[in-house]
Amino acid sequence: MASTAETIEQPREEDASAVVVRFAGDSGDGMQLTGGQFTLSTALEGNDLATFPDFPAEIRAPQGTLFGVSAFQINFGSRTIRTAGDAPDVLVAMNPAALKTNLPDLVPGGMVIADSGAFTDRNLSKAGYEENPLEDGSLEGYQLLSIDMSAMTLEAVKPFGLGNKEALRSKNMWTLGLALWMFDRKRAPIHDWLKTKFAKKPEIAEANIAALDAGHAYGETAELGYAFQPRKVAAAPAEPGLYRTVTGAEAISMGLVAGAQLAGLPMFFGGYPITPASAILHHLSRWKQFGVTTFQAEDEIAAIGAAIGASYAGSLGVTSSSGPGIALKGEAMGLALVTELPLVIVNSQRGGPSTGLPTKTEQSDLYQAVYGRNGDAPMPVIAVRSPSDAFDCAIEACRLAVQFMTPVMLLTDGYIANAAEPWKVPDLGGYSPFPVAFHETAPGEGEKFNPYARDDKLARPWVKPGTPGLMHRIGGIEKSSSTGNIDYSAQNHQEMTRLRSEKVLGVADHIPEQDIALGDASDTLAVVGWGSTYGPIHQAVNRMRAKGRSVAQLHVRHVWPLPKNLGDLLRGFDKVIVPEMNNGQFKTVLRDQYLVDAKPLNKVSGQPFRIGEIEAAIEEALDG
Amino acid sequence: MNEMTPVKTTLKDWESDQEVRWCPGCGDYAILKAVQRTMPDLGVTPENTVFISGIGCSSRFPYYMETYGFHTIHGRAPTIATGVKLANPELDVWLITGDGDGLSIGGNHMLHLLRRNLDCQVLLFNNEIYGLTKGQYSPTSRVGTRSPSTPFGSVDRPVSPCAFALGAGARFVARGIDVNKNLSATLKEAHAHKGTSFIEIFQNCIVYNEDVFEPFAAKKTADDTQVWTVHGEPLLFAKGEKGLALDTDKLELKVVDVADGDWEAAGVVVHDQTNRGLAQMLVQMPFGDFPVALGTLYCDPAPTFDSAVGEQNSAASVGKDHDLQALIGQGQTWTVE
Repeated sequence: MASTAETIEQPREEDASAVVVRFAGDSGDGMQLTGGQFTLSTALEGNDLATFPDFPAEIRAPQGTLFGVSAFQINFGSRTIRTAGDAPDVLVAMNPAALKTNLPDLVPGGMVIADSGAFTDRNLSKAGYEENPLEDGSLEGYQLLSIDMSAMTLEAVKPFGLGNKEALRSKNMWTLGLALWMFDRKRAPIHDWLKTKFAKKPEIAEANIAALDAGHAYGETAELGYAFQPRKVAAAPAEPGLYRTVTGAEAISMGLVAGAQLAGLPMFFGGYPITPASAILHHLSRWKQFGVTTFQAEDEIAAIGAAIGASYAGSLGVTSSSGPGIALKGEAMGLALVTELPLVIVNSQRGGPSTGLPTKTEQSDLYQAVYGRNGDAPMPVIAVRSPSDAFDCAIEACRLAVQFMTPVMLLTDGYIANAAEPWKVPDLGGYSPFPVAFHETAPGEGEKFNPYARDDKLARPWVKPGTPGLMHRIGGIEKSSSTGNIDYSAQNHQEMTRLRSEKVLGVADHIPEQDIALGDASDTLAVVGWGSTYGPIHQAVNRMRAKGRSVAQLHVRHVWPLPKNLGDLLRGFDKVIVPEMNNGQFKTVLRDQYLVDAKPLNKVSGQPFRIGEIEAAIEEALDG
Repeated sequence: MNEMTPVKTTLKDWESDQEVRWCPGCGDYAILKAVQRTMPDLGVTPENTVFISGIGCSSRFPYYMETYGFHTIHGRAPTIATGVKLANPELDVWLITGDGDGLSIGGNHMLHLLRRNLDCQVLLFNNEIYGLTKGQYSPTSRVGTRSPSTPFGSVDRPVSPCAFALGAGARFVARGIDVNKNLSATLKEAHAHKGTSFIEIFQNCIVYNEDVFEPFAAKKTADDTQVWTVHGEPLLFAKGEKGLALDTDKLELKVVDVADGDWEAAGVVVHDQTNRGLAQMLVQMPFGDFPVALGTLYCDPAPTFDSAVGEQNSAASVGKDHDLQALIGQGQTWTVE
């Protein structure tokens, strides 16, 4: 979140300025919805926040099973929040499986709120419990609040005459009501949201409202003891302005629309459903009034093929997918690259290889983005660091695509795509337009148009079919640099390969130099990251600096080509570590480019880094 | 482009300055000339015309047309064409593909192009062989085709391009022969049809599959081996002495003799190009017992994909706020003073 001053995070036990809550239940229990609405009420209170939705790949995994548990974690506070939090202070467990899978993460002495009504013999045995943990004393080290939420929900919605199954669907709202009471939140915005969501089924809206109010009333009336008294988390300091919550997928979608507008072009988006990238297709398909045409293609290749065709015809072509789909698009990316047409390719990375972990996050497509095409096929690559950063990165990808006549890869990941954070709504008037000038001048008598003539950025002219006097042919076969006709000659291929490489490397002259996010160039250790690891790295470096350690943070947005000053910056540090949610890909790029002894810190568990893991690596690097 | 005022062009206006490089005697030369000769009759301009191809011998075609051209990647021409046409529906889009490009590696895209009914012309050059990669059998090769990859003969059964197209929901299906003078008339009908116009052109590969179509394509025997379909005319061949009638027991066509020109007495079917069932029977007639059906076999226009997308884009924009600043600032917001 945009705030003027950095606040140093204090150790948790003394720190009442931030709370981490995790809602966990069966995948059919509506935990993502509960979390989403709790997020909204948190944002409306003016707290800074970060969230982490974590759900199974199955739409409805078998009820009550360990692998069917869906969780939503939120970290909120009265200070700057950069991660969804390492360990929850409060765990809401809607069934035994949710308790079993999430309890190990809870802070010692943390709070457990459990639905005792769901701790049936059947559910206990599915979760592998021999005894009921709510009753056998095994939760002694925690503050346990065991409530039969199922029964209370049924009682609350009784007047609406719903069936048992239907009525229990409101259980998540009862839970949310209790959570709203616990953190002293207003119910009205959730009431409004329920009325809008169930506008066509008013009885369902009323039942949910009744459940929400009942959960809230339970907190007020039941004497729950000191530990469970409502606590007010004060608003976080923030720059004045209009704010909203935004997920990465929303921000990328809006940024792409803004980018096309700044270029003065209609946008064409070709997509094929894939987790976790589909949300971008969903958002854009609703925004036709902004000159957006969306096309759900028959496959990933058709999605990029149509986007290339649209760019060829004068639109800004965009396609989006996740790792497996990006692999399928590889040959077509080469076509866009060799025909030098603008194109934005968004990769919402997930755990790989192959199908991998569709709903879990990873940063393991960096090699694929930078190197993953046949031939010498360079392409600019930009990495998004957070949901709110996604808007600017999408605009930047559009700018490079049209100014350099090149495909551009925009890397985001499952975590950023789904996570929400407060976003200060930018003033679009503050962005410099980069209008496209199509080439429309026909060659003079006796002259011929060369589609591979180049400007000062080495970009070729963009000619829309339909323009008189400029008919020409392009294609994937190597073309002569001087005529645009097919040319297999050795000398020409050498020259065209050089031109394609130099054009993309030249992007470095038109991007900002690398900055130092925390610390300065005289520090001993640099922690270098890219993408969604920004939050945990930032907090870890922040805490270590507060302890007087000589450590700096560098976070790279332009992954290819790299900022011109990055090599000199890195060589100025004694030590460099690179935390990544992969097996060491950016580390290898940095070593290759700069011959620096960058050390990896790798995590491929499908979960984001914890701040503590990076703190430990910093200590080890400095002391080791 | 069909609504525009006809523009006067000549054959020369459609010839690019590139040297044509197919094998001497290749059927592609005849198809290229037929297309270049037909273009002036369509009343369209070279600058509004786009030829898009995949990979294969036939896919070199765009380089020889003085129009906009895009030589894309193997099998994917329908995808690029879809983007081109959706981005600018004013363009006149032609697809050049082959049996391998369009029905093997690109078979899926062809299916979806046809079912969506994007307004374009598809010229599928069928030579029943992979030419550019030096002669392997293709998805249209007959069982037993000996090739470098099937030295003992191919064992998989071929696909019938026109039956595939009809199955995919194509609204225009035609057949032609590379060197036959009727090709130009078929191209004109294809261009006049709004939607995906699918034309299978039997094309002789002189190097790897010479004369594979000769049994029915040879001029000498054409009267007996070819039936040219004309909407509203009886399905006659062999100089009117034979015709195609409906075998109502088997629900398929049968060859009947026509005595003294009285085709009605013989029960010869009158070609109705809007009859999908008849088209299906025509494309599936096994050659040998039957002649090969050629010309426009099926033409029954339906709304095109590009027009449907354009109409929905317009309708969905009516009454909406076009202010992007308003969009990004919407939803549940709060203000920090």
